Amino acid sequence: MKKLVISMVLVNLLAACASNKPAETTAAPAASGAPAAAAAAPTTKAAPATKTAGDPLNDPAGILAMRSVYYPFDIDAVQDADKPVVQAHGKYLGANPNRMVRLEGNCDERGSNEYNLGLGQRRADGVKKMLELSGAKSAQLESVSYGEEKPRASGHDEASWSQNRRTDINYAK
Amino acid sequence: MRVIQNIVGLLLLVQASIAFAVLDIEIIGAGEKQIPVAIVPMGGDDKLSQTIHEVVVGDLQRSGLFRMVDLAGKLLTEPSQVSYADWQVRGAEGLAIGNVTALPNGRIEARFRLFDVVKQAELVAQAVSASDGQVRAIGHRIADLIYEKMTGDKGVFSTRIAYVNRRGQNFRLIVADSDGYNEQVVLAQNEPIMSPAWSPDGSHLAYVSFETGHAVVFVQSLYTNQRKVLADFRGSNSAPAWSPDGKQMAIVLTRDGSSQIYLVRPDGSNLRRITFSGAIDTEPNFSPDGQSLLFTSDRGGSAQIYRMPVEGGPEQRMTFGEGSNYSPRHSPDGSGFVFAHRNNGKFYIALQDFQTGQMELLTEGGWEKRPSFAPNGKLVLFASEARGRGILATVSSDGRVKQHMFTQSGDAREPVWGPNP
Repeated sequence: MKKLVISMVLVNLLAACASNKPAETTAAPAASGAPAAAAAAPTTKAAPATKTAGDPLNDPAGILAMRSVYYPFDIDAVQDADKPVVQAHGKYLGANPNRMVRLEGNCDERGSNEYNLGLGQRRADGVKKMLELSGAKSAQLESVSYGEEKPRASGHDEASWSQNRRTDINYAK
Repeated sequence: MRVIQNIVGLLLLVQASIAFAVLDIEIIGAGEKQIPVAIVPMGGDDKLSQTIHEVVVGDLQRSGLFRMVDLAGKLLTEPSQVSYADWQVRGAEGLAIGNVTALPNGRIEARFRLFDVVKQAELVAQAVSASDGQVRAIGHRIADLIYEKMTGDKGVFSTRIAYVNRRGQNFRLIVADSDGYNEQVVLAQNEPIMSPAWSPDGSHLAYVSFETGHAVVFVQSLYTNQRKVLADFRGSNSAPAWSPDGKQMAIVLTRDGSSQIYLVRPDGSNLRRITFSGAIDTEPNFSPDGQSLLFTSDRGGSAQIYRMPVEGGPEQRMTFGEGSNYSPRHSPDGSGFVFAHRNNGKFYIALQDFQTGQMELLTEGGWEKRPSFAPNGKLVLFASEARGRGILATVSSDGRVKQHMFTQSGDAREPVWGPNP
């Protein structure tokens, strides 16, 4: 029961942090040692991981602190503005072959849920492809889609939609 | 972690079972012709009679096809008490009477009669029984009988619907009666659930769950609650649809790239890919004869509806013009399909006839998605929004009568109408 409470608090914490601006987010510590725990976490915008000296991933001012890629409506290609971010992560992953990343594609609510699931998957797969071209290995990467099921912002307007059309680059511990 | 998830699931189930479904139903519009009927409360057990009366009157009114005739205090239970002239004066075309009793074995039995006041003839004399606690089912069955005899179409009040209720991060897959009552929680968890699909015999639901961190297709028995994974490949597994004979399913996988349609047996065997577009091909739906599929694809640049033979072959675009189109579903008679039409920032429920190719909007537009036909083809269930919440809504297939159903709290999403019982 204590475990349950801890896990629910953690979920709340994760949810509370989910509205942070992408530039403010940092690497997510896995909830526990079990890989399943990391996989089941709804989002990974959480408190900072214990710092490894010199790891550029933990530099809050560095480009690797950017963990989200944004899209125009019904588009799945990484936009020019976000390419340096994705390429920097690809380079980092190439230099750190033990790091694993989960790419989570999301969409705004315009479209059917199923169509958006497909669109979110294309977004995540597009980031995956660009990471591989920049040095990451396929085995380090997993791409999934939440479609429109996990909106970061819940309004029916462009201000919300623009936040929800994105791929998150989430590092596992 | 799995144990924790299960505990959370159990807690949610307990919570769900004590929450009584309070429904608020709004009816908008009326049928072109409303049949005047007199529904006399049954004799016998008062409490049972009252519930049955509420269910029958509620069902008939919600259809938009009936008008309740004032009984003027007349209470009758036997055919010998029927005076056709009396009811003709009141303008009734149909008259329903009966008796209900709780039997010693715990069952409830209603003896029901329906008269055609104009033709002065008895249309139905039938005993309808159900187990204790299923009194609403008796009401639905009687409403079905009245609907069928008076309109010539089969009633759908005894059918069930499935939908997803979302409250914050809590998702529940729910099966309920066609009026939203009698909720059964099929699955409760803190990860999204989407795309429920009924097996043709109503015994199983296929759905998409994110409980393992990505979209996986499950098939679950509604009798035993046992379930199994139908598809769990890398990427997204989704959009399950059953063939009319229940022997085959269509699903959408991204394991080979973009969303593509595959066929698979319900036991997971004989998986084979049938679309090869490289675009997003999704939301397959079998035709009633099992020969073709409708689906959504963006291969032409925007999401549109396409049709193809089930075993693969030439694909034909079905929707043109402004806007984009999603979520096609064949009408039960196979003559056309409903779908969600998006244009100028609104979603509409639309109907298209295969022969004319003409699209007809059934709704005024708003946030209206995922339509599905009632088994009789006369009503369409869809997801809508009102008062800032996701709700269930229906529209008659002629667009005249609409109904908004506010179920519990949270957002109702992903509805789908079940088959005939």
